[in-house]
Amino acid sequence: MTAAEAVAVEYHPAEHHLFETGGRQFLYLVPSGAVFGLSGLSQELFSLLRSCPLSRDELTGELARRGYASREIESTLDEMVEFDVVSSGIPKKSFPSVPDQTFPIQRIVLNTTNQCNLACGYCYEYSDDRISSTKDQPKFMSSSIARAAIDTLFKESAGRSSLHVTFFGGETLLNFPLMRESVEYATSKARKAGKTVEFSLTTNATLLTEEIADFLAEYRIGVTVSIDGDKELHDRMRVFHSGKGSYDIIAPKIKMLLSRHRTNSIGARVTLSNGVREVRRIYDHLTREFGFEGVGFAPVTASPDRLYHINGTKMDRVLDEFEELAWEYRDYAIRGGRHYFTNVSDTVKELHLGISKAYTCGAGLGLLGVGTSGEIAACHRFVDSPVAQMGNVTTSGLNHEARNEFLGKHHIGARPDCHSCWVRPLCAGGCYHESYIHHGQTEASNLSQCDRIRGWIDLCLRIYGEIGMKNPKFLERFEES
Amino acid sequence: MSSLQAFNRKARKLQEACAAETGDAEALDVVALQDKKNKHGRVYYPLGCTLNFNPGWEVDISGGTAGLCAPVERDLFDCYLGCAWPAQVPDHLSNNPDWTSKCNSAVNDWRDVDVIYP
Repeated sequence: MTAAEAVAVEYHPAEHHLFETGGRQFLYLVPSGAVFGLSGLSQELFSLLRSCPLSRDELTGELARRGYASREIESTLDEMVEFDVVSSGIPKKSFPSVPDQTFPIQRIVLNTTNQCNLACGYCYEYSDDRISSTKDQPKFMSSSIARAAIDTLFKESAGRSSLHVTFFGGETLLNFPLMRESVEYATSKARKAGKTVEFSLTTNATLLTEEIADFLAEYRIGVTVSIDGDKELHDRMRVFHSGKGSYDIIAPKIKMLLSRHRTNSIGARVTLSNGVREVRRIYDHLTREFGFEGVGFAPVTASPDRLYHINGTKMDRVLDEFEELAWEYRDYAIRGGRHYFTNVSDTVKELHLGISKAYTCGAGLGLLGVGTSGEIAACHRFVDSPVAQMGNVTTSGLNHEARNEFLGKHHIGARPDCHSCWVRPLCAGGCYHESYIHHGQTEASNLSQCDRIRGWIDLCLRIYGEIGMKNPKFLERFEES
Repeated sequence: MSSLQAFNRKARKLQEACAAETGDAEALDVVALQDKKNKHGRVYYPLGCTLNFNPGWEVDISGGTAGLCAPVERDLFDCYLGCAWPAQVPDHLSNNPDWTSKCNSAVNDWRDVDVIYP
């Protein structure tokens, strides 16, 4: 480049999202996920470039007119170029690289059974939106298949020393003996291999007993209870086959579990649906009546013509309630207290670490789902379904070709609808199962939710910024060891 | 303190990575030869002759004068070959293959090297 050309280079802001909180401006950089605070010179410099690209001379000239020392201007501009806050020339879009094809597996989700003693109206496994076909599959996973699945986990885990087995279903506890066997098998296998293995369980809580609670405590198993709020709300959708609600059965069992099992966290998972949208009420009930250590809300996965689907305006009202709870989380965080709204804490953690995802989640990447017949799928939602299949634990194990093909199709670089979106480091296109239900393809981006996702991340960035300014110590809990 | 503040862990990692890169540049800093030691604790002698003048340094790598590049008459056959010495020697590949035929030992017989008039 000639000297004249060098002088004429124009500086542009790099891809970013600007947000303001607590009277301060911040930048969220894309795709790195880095967050920088702006003030004084950096703020004015960036603001100039946001209005229009400028050359170095134009920038330094204008900022010098505003009273800044030229040496400071130069060094700030150079620093911003170095950190990819500003680019000389038109910024190029960039994406995280595709990970090595031998990326190790860290977690398997075992479907101990595809049977369930409840008939929840919105269940993605049983309702009209189900994609799995369990007619020809064994109802319960056998010991040999469970062991083969755990063997596959260890085999595919390469150098990873900390593994995880999640127990799922149907209703997992219908096959508690298998869960117990598998925990013991995996624990002893881990000991021999010099690795550690942790466990988690998802359950509707109808079959919890003191014996099971003690077992969970003994093996430090994390528990997620599916519960939708107080009796009136919960019983709208979470019913037995007879139509009777399950709240009265599970309430005392949950309290028993919470008092007996203290070696790992016990969280609540709420599925919001058209008739169950009272976020604030549900949160208060689950934290005050029970004492769950975390409450996570998920709007139901459903195609738009289901009666329990939450339509546009109603979904916006749900998000308003999310926002109210999120600001409350901010209040608690600034005071150093505990708040249990995990939708926010999970997001704040990812923002604090500066996560930048190549894939929307670990399905097929670090996580695999295994069905009762040993079929391996990208995750538990695709077990026994026609898509995202990658082998069988009883035959030749994980099918690497199918896995690599799956990963290739779902990398953020291969989801062009997302390429101009600033939240792609955190969203990366959205849940594959959601995509399949709404668009018929796992690799389609979940476009109908984009504005809401952007709104949510912007909200969480503002909350994060404020917590970082007023009580940065609170954020240390999110630092990984 | 810079007015651009790294706020999250990723931003701090970026800062550290950039600092590490510029840190390496220190090893390439210009160090005066009069200084006995650079940050590695040794006097740094660049290999070969100087960029600017020949026949070489005031001292050689051992700190003495014995290993200096010799005056051009004594080091006729090496300086121009091994280094980027600008001395003009006749082309003894194609046009003047015999220009040193009377010179068996450059150190002693350098006076017998033919003068070539192009």
